[in-house]
Amino acid sequence: METIKLTIDNRAVEVPRGTTINKAARLLGIEIPVLCYMELKDMNIENKPAGCRICVVEVDGRRNLAPSCATNCEEGMVVRTHTTRVLNARRTVMEFILSDHPKDCLICAKSGTCELQSMAHKLGIREIPGQEIAAMSTYRLDTSPSIIRDLDKCIMCRRCEMMCNEIQTVGALSAVNRGFMSAVAPAFEQNLEHSTCTYCGQCVAVCPTGALTEVDHTPDVLRALADPSKTVIVQTAPAVRAALGEEFGMEPGTLVTGKMVSALRSLGFDYVFDTDFAADLTIMEEGTELLDRLNRHLSGDKTARLPILTSCCPGWVNFFEYYFPDLKDVPSTAKSPQQMFGAIANTYFADKIGVNRKDLVVVSIMPCLAKKYECQRGEFSTDNNPDVDFSISTRELAAFIKQANIDLNNLEDDDFDSPLGESTGAGVIFGTTGGVIEAAVRTAYELQTGKKLERLDFNELRGLEGVREATIDFDGLPIRIGIAHGLGNARKLLDDVRSGKSQFHAIEVMACPGGCIGGGGQPLHHGNSEIIKARVAAIYAEDKKKPLRKSHENPFIIKLYEEFLGSPNSEKAHHLLHTHYFERKKKIVVKH
Amino acid sequence: MSQYRMQIMVCSGTGCSNLNSEAIFDNLQLEIEAFALENEIQVVRTGCFGLCGLGPVVRVMPGEVIYTRVTPDDAAEIVTEHVLKGRKVERLLHKDPVSRKILSTEPELSPFKKQLRIVLRNCGIIDPENIEEAIAANGYEALAKALTELTPDDAIKIIKDSGLRGRGGGGFPTGLKWEIARNNQAEEKYVVCNADEGDPGAFMDRSVLEGDPHAVLEAMAICGYCIGAGKGLIYIRAEYPLAVARLKTAISQAREYGLLGNNIMGTGFNFDIEIKYGAGAFVCGEETALIHSMEGLRGEPTVKPPFPAESGFRGKPTNVNNVETFACISPVILKGADWFRSIGTEKSKGTKVFALAGKINNVGLVEVPMGTTLREVIFEIGGGIRDGKKFKAAQTGGPSGGCLTEKHLDTPIDFDNLVAAGSMMGSGGLIVMDEDDCMVSVAKFFLEFTVEESCGKCSPCRIGNKRLHELLEHITKGKGTPADLDRLRNMSKVIKDTSLCGLGQSSPNPVLSTLDNFIEEYVSHVTVKKCPAGQCRDLMEYFIIEANCVGCTACARVCPVNAITGVRKEPHVINPEICIKCGACKEKCKFDAIIIH
Repeated sequence: METIKLTIDNRAVEVPRGTTINKAARLLGIEIPVLCYMELKDMNIENKPAGCRICVVEVDGRRNLAPSCATNCEEGMVVRTHTTRVLNARRTVMEFILSDHPKDCLICAKSGTCELQSMAHKLGIREIPGQEIAAMSTYRLDTSPSIIRDLDKCIMCRRCEMMCNEIQTVGALSAVNRGFMSAVAPAFEQNLEHSTCTYCGQCVAVCPTGALTEVDHTPDVLRALADPSKTVIVQTAPAVRAALGEEFGMEPGTLVTGKMVSALRSLGFDYVFDTDFAADLTIMEEGTELLDRLNRHLSGDKTARLPILTSCCPGWVNFFEYYFPDLKDVPSTAKSPQQMFGAIANTYFADKIGVNRKDLVVVSIMPCLAKKYECQRGEFSTDNNPDVDFSISTRELAAFIKQANIDLNNLEDDDFDSPLGESTGAGVIFGTTGGVIEAAVRTAYELQTGKKLERLDFNELRGLEGVREATIDFDGLPIRIGIAHGLGNARKLLDDVRSGKSQFHAIEVMACPGGCIGGGGQPLHHGNSEIIKARVAAIYAEDKKKPLRKSHENPFIIKLYEEFLGSPNSEKAHHLLHTHYFERKKKIVVKH
Repeated sequence: MSQYRMQIMVCSGTGCSNLNSEAIFDNLQLEIEAFALENEIQVVRTGCFGLCGLGPVVRVMPGEVIYTRVTPDDAAEIVTEHVLKGRKVERLLHKDPVSRKILSTEPELSPFKKQLRIVLRNCGIIDPENIEEAIAANGYEALAKALTELTPDDAIKIIKDSGLRGRGGGGFPTGLKWEIARNNQAEEKYVVCNADEGDPGAFMDRSVLEGDPHAVLEAMAICGYCIGAGKGLIYIRAEYPLAVARLKTAISQAREYGLLGNNIMGTGFNFDIEIKYGAGAFVCGEETALIHSMEGLRGEPTVKPPFPAESGFRGKPTNVNNVETFACISPVILKGADWFRSIGTEKSKGTKVFALAGKINNVGLVEVPMGTTLREVIFEIGGGIRDGKKFKAAQTGGPSGGCLTEKHLDTPIDFDNLVAAGSMMGSGGLIVMDEDDCMVSVAKFFLEFTVEESCGKCSPCRIGNKRLHELLEHITKGKGTPADLDRLRNMSKVIKDTSLCGLGQSSPNPVLSTLDNFIEEYVSHVTVKKCPAGQCRDLMEYFIIEANCVGCTACARVCPVNAITGVRKEPHVINPEICIKCGACKEKCKFDAIIIH
């Protein structure tokens, strides 16, 4: 590889051609501060508009300062990162940014995790000259079912726009207006609710400030917990246990399943259950549907469409309802685990404990913001009583635990309640990209072939490649599987399905890069993809530890079918555990 | 083509058209027909003559007689007097504002003195809507020469040797730019003409496109031949409807004549041109922003490298030149590099077109050799300062340029001298200011424009310029402090030093150059709170001189806010707390009793 020699702050360094000054400096241990720049290494995600101008450096022979994030090293370059000129420029630019930013850090949802706040601290900003005569660019607050946009706090880093357009190809957000009033917003500055937003929450996951945050449902949960007439039960998604610890200072990838259960019990939930149980149930329904379509297809039934697409991700469901409504009979009709759980809790479980569904409050802890929207969808409620009442994110749960003076680090491990808390390893891996389809394979193989599956780790289905494909041998029958995470990658596979080119039997899609472990409701990664990788590893470790690793072996699932549902895809199962999709059109609402 | 004994040329540039030159043309035509002279006398619509402050303008050839401020009703007299009787219509001739001498012919008119027209060679002479006139004026001859006698490398060498530098503002050597684009191998390449002229008061490019569109089309084709591109794109602002219409006509005529399209002149060279419209954002004059706008994206600049020559329109190598640069190409190819090198200064060859505006007698468009001094442009060509006032400063380079002062009057104008003087060539706007202009307000005025036109991508330009403007506003209101001047300077330097594109890198120039050259005016605003030029309303105080006031009460009656009180026949007083400084009292007073502090 061709290399380049240069000096940074009088120290020589040799880097491959194409390396930016910022990365070269990092090799020397020089951390030139960056604000708008963000990279999720190995995940093909990079935001490099060179817009904030905080990372500027002095390059000998160059008239003006260079943005180190976007300037490539050149042979013989002499770079200085902390001259008076550089430091003064960096401070003045920071003062500019802060002069147009609200000063309500004390009560901001991002306080403590705000990158702008840390940068102001790092640069030692103590006053903002001219603030008394400085106008602020202000915008109206926009609240959607999942996401709140407070553009007064937008610093035009464009990360959200990059995620929404380049990674997710949703196109809900782009820069609007110009100059001082420019901001990132839906077209015509409509509300997010009227855009094609899928609520995947990836904009929130990367926002450095409090401009994009989730709708906080913890006050609703607190109210329900305080109401003695309510039985409040909680379900926790698989990805939550692999990330919650980060909010309490633990190493990324620390599993806190048992401590999380203890904390939830301390918070006052009457029953602490696991969404993993519903994930096992999803496999039963979705797996059976896959085999049914596959076998009909193989026997020449033209009405049986393949591939089948997974449907457990609500951001993904929103995406195809907007962009691929013509394919809405292709995805599985199985509800997401969150909603399957809600349906079973309000029927089977409510009957078991003799509580009317009106007095049963179902709370979900999710790594996801789209789940907030999903549980509010009309088809997921009975007589205006939703199957899942409130969905709160991993971040909200962490804040809730802290407010309740619970020290997660020092809690004893505890176990989920029965019966909706029992799960297999297959349910756990739902939290990461490739996990749903791996879980489905473990069950579908045995159901299809009638043979015992010896190998349980399908490494060919794992990894962080955006689009992956593998062929699994079902005892002589090759099953072709596609996997996409990130909606832009999903779009590639969907385009092939639409044009008839797709050769897959089944495709797994998760809206967020990395799957649920990288969800919009998770602790903020601040551009560190190692955190995401550590969470993935934690998920697979949990799977490995489980005595049972195939959904159809979950004794409580077997019991549920025996006692209540009959068999997978039975009429009752269809009524409770399956759904249908809608073609959605953008509503253009002229702003006032 | 038949021969005419006389031609009457009516300017149909945007300025004169807006003053109804179309009706003058129609009436002249009717009069000529009434006398059945249509076979002898030709009435022609041409592009801009450059005498925009004197429009509508009509030129009669032979004799080069220039009639100014012509109305449609004057058509009859021009025909009956000048055409039939051979007598000039005296009242329509231009009087020199200084000497009051009548200047009737083109060579006598001061705006034409010292001019050398290369870019504007055909403007005001040919009918821009008739390709045959362009061809008769050597149009497409350079293209023919390039295609039949020169290799692309030969042609690029001529351009390089000529020393031609980009006229859009940056002054990058044109030949070198072409060479880089040529050397970048790709199946598809593009030639882009930047006609997104956006400086307030500048209209050089528009005039070229309106007056001689073929000059640009031909040069683009030559460029396409040189760099290996088959497609040209003209990015023009949609607010230039006349230029757009003439370009469209010119493109379709050129296609019809086989000068654009496939197999041009039978040489096997294919080149065609498409028009792309801009929505009028100033920043889209920056080449990367321009390309993004053409791609249907937000008109925002991106970091260079990659330069357009490597990755431009749709990721393909793209050569972007400004209209005026293209207009220089054909003469250079035809007359050679040495001829072009003989004009101008050491590092700036050829001519430059300036749009003269502001407090100058001859407002309009002039083309002078590089190296002409500011004094020659303003006092000899421009006819000096209006109303005999004193020259104070000239802003070159548009809103992002700087102010030049008395001490710069004898500096030869070229790319490098202007930068050394704290300004820049820019696209060629030249706004002249006199003793009545407050330089703090001038800086504020230009900042207002850049604040409005910043795309918002980078923080120093988006927020910094706004803060600069606010501080200037603060100072002109008399609320500034001496420490604010240091802040102004620091903010300006940082914005220049850290902004992403040329807009932000130059937007503080008006502030810095006025701080450098007129610091005493700033100091006066922030210390004694006075505006030396008497422009800043908040710093004025209306005052009644007791001795002169007879107590007529006229001022008190006209005051809209009842700020003036007093007893009849006794001196009145103005309450400065209430006074809104509208000036009505001063205007009403017959005894010169009211003065402004």
